[in-house]
Amino acid sequence: MIEVPVDAPVGVVTADAKRCDLGCFPTRAQYLDLVAAFKADGFEICADLCGVDYLEHPSRALPEGVAATRFEVVVNLLSMSRRQRVRIRVQAGDEDPEVDSLFSIYPGTEAMEREAFDMFGVLFRGHPDLTRILMPEEWEGHPLRKDYGVGRVPVQFKEAPGPR
Amino acid sequence: MSEPTVRAAERLEPLAVETSEGAQELQRREVTAATELGREVGSVLRVDGHTFDPTSVDYERRDDETMILNMGPSHPSTHGVLRIMLELDGEFVLRAKPVIGYLHTGMEKTGEQLSYVQGATNVTRMDYLSPVINELSYSMAVEALLDIEVPERATWIRMMMSELNRISSHLVWMATNGMDLGSTSMMIYGFRERELVLAFFEKTAGLRLNLNYVRPGGVAADLPDGWRDDVTVICDTIDERTYEYDQLLTGQPIFRERMEGVAPITAEEALALSVTGPLLRSTGVPWDLRRTMPYLAYDQVDFDVIVGTYGDNFDRYAIRLNEIRESIRIVRQCVEMMPAGDYRSQDPKVTPPPRARIGESMEALIHHFKLFTEGFQVPEGEVYSAIESPRGEIGCYLVADGGPKPYRLHVRAPSFVNLQAVPLLMRGGSMSDAITVISTVDPIMGEVDR
Repeated sequence: MIEVPVDAPVGVVTADAKRCDLGCFPTRAQYLDLVAAFKADGFEICADLCGVDYLEHPSRALPEGVAATRFEVVVNLLSMSRRQRVRIRVQAGDEDPEVDSLFSIYPGTEAMEREAFDMFGVLFRGHPDLTRILMPEEWEGHPLRKDYGVGRVPVQFKEAPGPR
Repeated sequence: MSEPTVRAAERLEPLAVETSEGAQELQRREVTAATELGREVGSVLRVDGHTFDPTSVDYERRDDETMILNMGPSHPSTHGVLRIMLELDGEFVLRAKPVIGYLHTGMEKTGEQLSYVQGATNVTRMDYLSPVINELSYSMAVEALLDIEVPERATWIRMMMSELNRISSHLVWMATNGMDLGSTSMMIYGFRERELVLAFFEKTAGLRLNLNYVRPGGVAADLPDGWRDDVTVICDTIDERTYEYDQLLTGQPIFRERMEGVAPITAEEALALSVTGPLLRSTGVPWDLRRTMPYLAYDQVDFDVIVGTYGDNFDRYAIRLNEIRESIRIVRQCVEMMPAGDYRSQDPKVTPPPRARIGESMEALIHHFKLFTEGFQVPEGEVYSAIESPRGEIGCYLVADGGPKPYRLHVRAPSFVNLQAVPLLMRGGSMSDAITVISTVDPIMGEVDR
C-alpha cells in the first residue's frame, strides 16, 4: 500500500480497491487539494475521469465515514515513475452535482469533464469551456443518468393480438 | 470560391441553424472567453506551471483578418466523422477545435442494458480497428470483479490475438497515413496486408471485424487446426513487407519533408494532456503498459518498447512501423511457447457446458439456457482495468451492483483523450500539415464518440 502525500487533506482512504494501489474518498472541499498533492507527489497523468449515477444503487459499499450521494466523480491517476495507480472517488452531490474542475492541475481532463457534464450534468467549477461534447447542443437531459429513459422501438410480432 | 466583398464576420453565421453545434463550435475571438481562448491556442500548456498567461494571446486581432474554416464532419482525411474547426490566417492555423459526437451511439448506456455475457459484443464495436483489445480490457475488468483465473492457454491465445490485432490496426494506420500524404500505393499495400490478419481472424472467430472472441473467462473458441502455419505465414509475409514500406516511404524525400519536424509535442505537454500510446512514446517517454504494468503474459516474452526523440510526425510514423515488427516478434514467441490446455475457464459460473453435454443432460441444457438468457451475476464492486491498445491506454471502468448487468460501464478511450492534443499540434502549422496531424494522432471515431 502506498501513503497519501503528507501535506494532503486525508479524507477516507482504503487499500482494497481492485487493480489499484489506493482508493481515496475525499470530500468535495478536499478534492482539489488532494489531487494537487498527488500530482506533486509524482502522479504525472490523470488517466481517466468519469461520472457515475448511483440512483438505483444507493446502498453501495463505501468505507465508513463517507456519506453517499447520488452522483460520484471517479478519477484514476497514474504515476509513471512509481508505476502505481490511485483511484479518487468524490461524492458530487444529489441534485445539481458540482465539483471543482481539475483543469488547472491536469489540462488533459478537459474533454473528460465535458463528457461527464454532458452525460450526467455534473458541473465542474473552473472549467474553461463546459459545453456538451458528445450530444447535440440543443439536447435535453443527461443520457447516462439512471432516470433518463433508454428508449425502445416496440417489437411487432406477426399477428399480434389487436386491442381487446 | 470565396467572395472578397463578404466580410468574414458575416460569413461566420452558421449557414444552417438546425445543424449548428452552438457553443461546442469554435467561436469568434471577440466572443470567446479569455481562458477558453488560451486553451484553444494551446498557451495553457506553453507556460510554466500550466497557468494561463493572458498576454500570450492576441485579442486585438480583428476578426476579418482571419477565417474560420470548417473541416468535416465528412472529409476524406478526417478518418470518419471528425469535424475540426480551424481559424486560419492565410494558410496557417491559429486555432483549432475538434467538434465531436457525430458518431455517438450511446454505447456506454447500451452496456448497462446488456448482460456481462453480451457485453463483449458491445465494446468490440467501439474501437473498430482493435476489437480484440477492447474485448480484452472489458473481459479483464469482469474477471477482476469475479475473481476468476483464466487458463494459461487462454492467456497466450489472448496475447497472440491482441498482437495480431495491433499489427492489423497499425497497418490500417500506415495505409490511411499514406493516403493522407498522397501515397495511394501505401494505402493499397496496408489494406492488402491487413487482409491476411483478418482472414486468420475469420478462421478463428468466424468474423473478420467485431470478433466477440475474447469473453469473460477465456476466449470463444480454440485456435483452428493448422494455426501455427497460418500465423507463421502472416508473420513472414508482413515482416518482409515492412521493409518494402521502408523503401517506399521511410527514405523518400517528399515523405520525410512532410513528416520530419512537423507538429512536434514535448513530453511535458503530452503528459499534461493525458496523452498515451505512440503519441506519448514519440516524445521519448518509454511508457507501454505491456512492459511497465504487464498483464497477460507480456512479462514472459521478449520485445522492445519503441520510443522517439523529437515527438514529431516522423517519430510517430517510425514508432508504429517498428511496433508492427515488435508485435511480429511477440506473435512468433507465442507460436513457440503456446501452452496446451483449456481455452476458457472451466468455472461453470461463466462458461457454458460443452455442446456435446447439452444433448444428453437436462442440467447442462438448463445451465446453458440460464447462462445465455439471464447471464451470470457479478459481485458488487468497481474496477478499472487498463491495457495498451494501438492508440494508448484503453481502460474499462466497471461498476457492478451484484446483478447480471453492469451498473456502469465506462471506457477510457485513448483516441478521445489523444484528440485533445490536436489543437496544440496544429497550432502554427500550415493547413496541409493539419492533415498529417489528424493522421498521426490516429483517432478512431467509433471510440471517440462511443
